[in-house]
Amino acid sequence: MVYQIRNSIRRNGQNFERVGAKLLGLMNKPLIFFTAVLLSVGMLSAPTASAKSIVYGTQDEPQTLDPHAANLAVTNRLLSNVYEGLVERDKDFKLTPWLATSWTQPDASTWRFKLRPNVKFHDGSTFSADDVVFSVQRALHPLSQQKISLQGVDSARKVDDLTVDFVMREPNPVLPNHLTQLRIMSRAWAVKNKAETPQNYKDAEDTFASRNANGTGPFMVKDRQPDVRTVLVAHPNWWNKNSPERGNVTEVTLRPIKSSPTRIAALISNEVQFVNDPQPQDVPRMRSSPGVKITEGQEARVQFLAFDQHRDELLYSNVKGKNPWKDVRVRQAVAHAIDAEAIRTKVMRNLAVLTGTIIAPGDQGFFKDADKRLPYDPERAKKLLAEAGYPNGFSVTLDCGDNKPAPDICQAIAPMLAKVGINTTPNVMPTGTFFPKLQKFDTSFYLLSWTTPTSDALYTLQSLLRTQVPNASGGDNNFGRYSNKTLDSLIDRFRVETDLKKRDALIGEALTLINREMSIVTLHRPIIPWAMRANVNAILPPNAVPYFFRFNVK
Amino acid sequence: MNDTLKRIFDSDLWYSFKRHPLVIVAAILSLACILGAVFAPLLAPHNPFDLKTLNLLDAFTPPAWSASGKGQFLLGTDDQGRDVMSTIMYGSRVSLTVGICAVALSMVIGITLGLISGYVGGALDSFIMRVADVQLSFPAILIALLIDGVARVVIGKNGHDEVAIYVLIFAIAASGWVQYARTVRGSTLVERNKEYVQAARVIGRRPLAIMFSHVLPNVMGPVFVLATLHVGAAIITEATLSFLGVGVPPTQPSLGTLIRIGNDFLFSGEWWITVFPGIMLVILVLSINIIGDWLRDALNPKLR
Repeated sequence: MVYQIRNSIRRNGQNFERVGAKLLGLMNKPLIFFTAVLLSVGMLSAPTASAKSIVYGTQDEPQTLDPHAANLAVTNRLLSNVYEGLVERDKDFKLTPWLATSWTQPDASTWRFKLRPNVKFHDGSTFSADDVVFSVQRALHPLSQQKISLQGVDSARKVDDLTVDFVMREPNPVLPNHLTQLRIMSRAWAVKNKAETPQNYKDAEDTFASRNANGTGPFMVKDRQPDVRTVLVAHPNWWNKNSPERGNVTEVTLRPIKSSPTRIAALISNEVQFVNDPQPQDVPRMRSSPGVKITEGQEARVQFLAFDQHRDELLYSNVKGKNPWKDVRVRQAVAHAIDAEAIRTKVMRNLAVLTGTIIAPGDQGFFKDADKRLPYDPERAKKLLAEAGYPNGFSVTLDCGDNKPAPDICQAIAPMLAKVGINTTPNVMPTGTFFPKLQKFDTSFYLLSWTTPTSDALYTLQSLLRTQVPNASGGDNNFGRYSNKTLDSLIDRFRVETDLKKRDALIGEALTLINREMSIVTLHRPIIPWAMRANVNAILPPNAVPYFFRFNVK
Repeated sequence: MNDTLKRIFDSDLWYSFKRHPLVIVAAILSLACILGAVFAPLLAPHNPFDLKTLNLLDAFTPPAWSASGKGQFLLGTDDQGRDVMSTIMYGSRVSLTVGICAVALSMVIGITLGLISGYVGGALDSFIMRVADVQLSFPAILIALLIDGVARVVIGKNGHDEVAIYVLIFAIAASGWVQYARTVRGSTLVERNKEYVQAARVIGRRPLAIMFSHVLPNVMGPVFVLATLHVGAAIITEATLSFLGVGVPPTQPSLGTLIRIGNDFLFSGEWWITVFPGIMLVILVLSINIIGDWLRDALNPKLR
C-alpha cells in the first residue's frame, strides 16, 4: 500500500518519497533481512567456493543507472563497477588501457583506439567498435551530462570491428584522461530496449536504461529497488577476471541509509560492511570501535559556493532590478564574511584542508600562487557591500543538497553571511531534487562539491566555469552561468595547447583570474575517509570510487 | 471572579487534586513548561533564531557543569552554536502550539460529527461511523504522513515551509478526530432520549440548537479527559513527524526537530544536543498524561 502511494507520487514528491523509504525501511527491516538471508543462502549454493558478499551503506540513492544521464559522484561510484571505459585507472591511479588495448594519433585530428577482443557484455553479447561509436553518440546527445568525457571529440568512426577512430573537432592532449569517464554501453541492447538516447534526468524521465544496465564491467545489476537497495553480482564472463588485482567480492548490495548515525550503527553491528561517507564527527568513534577500521585517502574534491551571475534579477532575493552577484565586490564580500577555518574545525572536525582554488595539488595544472584565500574579515565584507551599493545588505536563498556535510556547511554559512548583512536562508533539499533544480538554473546561490576525475584542470575549468556552449561540454556544469570572456579565451587556448609547459602556464593564468574575480568561492577540500569492517581490504583512490573488484574480504 | 474561584476551591475536583501529590507535581511541571514556552522571548538567554548572534566557534560547547562548559550556555550548544536551553524553550513553543491547536481542531471536527451522528442517527450515523472505523484501522502517524506528503506535492517545496505548521496541525487533527466522534456519539445516544431533550423538541427548538446548547454541555466531561490525553499524544505525533523530517522546517524547530538534529551527534559524544530536548519532551508529555489520567478518575463517579 505504501509502495503504491510512493510510486504514484514519486515524480513530484521527492521529500515524500524519502519519508516513504524511511517508513519502508522501518517497517520492512525484518523482511529485508529475511530476503537477504534467503539471497545469501542462494549464494552459498552457487558453485563459487570463495563467494564473498558485502553490503555497501551510503547516504545517497544512486538516482539512475543511465551512464550518460547525470554526472553525479554517487551515480559514477556505482556505475564504475558496472560500465567500463576505454581507459581506466589502475591500483596506483595511473592511466591504463582497459577496453582499449592501445591508442595512437595517426594525425592531428584523429585518435585511433585498438579495442580489446573477447570482451563480453553482461547479456553475453560481444563488445565491438559499434558499441564504442554508439556510446560516443549517446554521450554527445543534447540530454547527456557526460559531454565533458568527450572533450574535443566530434564523432567516432568504426574502422574495423576492433578499431575506432575518434575524429577531433579540436585537439585534446589529455583525451585518454577524459575517456576514463566515458562508459561504454551495448548498442544492440540499447536499440532493443529503446534507450538510444540518454534519460532526461532533470525532468525525472523513466527509461529502460535508467532502471537496467548492460555494461562490460566486473559487476552486473541483479536487482534494483530505488531507495531500498541495488544488488550487484560478479560478472562471470568478465574479461579481466583473472587479473591479480581481482579481489574475492562476488556480491555487493548498495543500501542507501540517509541517517548518518544509523549508517554507522549498521557498520558497527556488521549489518553493512562498507561505508564510503562517514560523517566527520563519527570518525574518532569508529577509530576506537573494535571490528571497524578507517581508510584515509586524499580525494581531490573541493567544496565551493557559486552564484547566479547570468540573470539581471535574481530569482530568490529581495534585490529587484539588478543582480548583486554580478559585482565582484559582493562576491569578495562573501569570501571575506565566511570563517572557513571555523567550518573546518567545527563542522569538518579538522577533516578538511582550506583551499582558495578549485584544482587540487597533484592534479595537472595546479597553480600554487592561485591557491590564496581572502582572509576572514567581516568588517571588510561590510565595507565592500556598502561600496557596491548594499549598505543594508540583502537577502538570498542558498540551495544545498542534503548530502552530508553539505547541509551542515550551509547552516554554518548562513549566520556568517547574516552578520555582514546578507540574510541567507539555507534551502536544503534531497539530492534528487537539488541536481535537477541546478540543471534548470533554478537557483541564485548554491553550495556544490566537485572532484576532478581526470586529474587534469581542463575537465573542471571547461565544465564548471566556461561560458555555456549549447550541446557541448563547455560550461555543462556551470549552473550559475558565469561568463568571462578572458577566462573563456584562456580555457580555449590551453584546451588545444599540446606543449605541456605552455599549457600549465595558461592554466595558471586562468586559475589566478578565477581567484581574483572570485567567480566561485572555494572553501576546502574535505577529507572523506572510508569506514569498513576490519576484515575488508580496500584502497581509497583519489577519485573516491570504490572499485569493488579490487576489494578483498577475509 | 471571587465566586468562580470559590467554586473551584470548593469543588470535588480541587479536593481530589490536593490529595494527589503526583498530580500537583505534574501540574507545576506542565505549567512551568507552558510558561517557559509562552514567555520564551523574555526568558530565554538567547534568541537562537537571530542568525546574527550565532557564532560557529561556540558550537558543541558541553553543558556548563562539565570541564569545558561555558557559564552562558547552561545546557551547552548545538552544532550551529545555538544555546540548547533557548532552542528547547523556543522549540516547545512550536510543539505546544501544534499539540494544542491540533487537539482543538480535532475536537471541533469530532464533536460536530459525533453530535450529528448520535442525534440524527440512521444512514448518516452509519456512514460517519463507518468512515471512522476505516480511519481507525490506519495508524494515526500514517494518516498524518499521507496528508503531509500530499500537501508537499500540492503546495510545492518553497511555499511549504511557510505553511508547514498549519499542514502539521491539520494532519494531526485529521488523524485524531475519530475518538471524539465516537465518545460524543455514545453519550449523545444516551442523552437524546432524556426528558430535557424531548422537552426542548416539544417547545420547537431546532435540532442544531438542541444539539449544541442542550446535549453538548452534558457530553463534554469525557471529551475533556480525552482532550487532555490527546494533547500529549499530539505532541508526540508532531515530534515523530519532525524527527522523520516531514514536520516543521529546521528554521523553526520543534522538540522533534531538535532531537533529530542531535541524533547526528550521538556517536561523537555530543549527547546534550539530543538528550535535553528529549528529556523536555518526556517531562512535558508525561505530566500532561498524569493530569489526564487523574482527570479521568476524578470525573468518574464510580471511582469516588
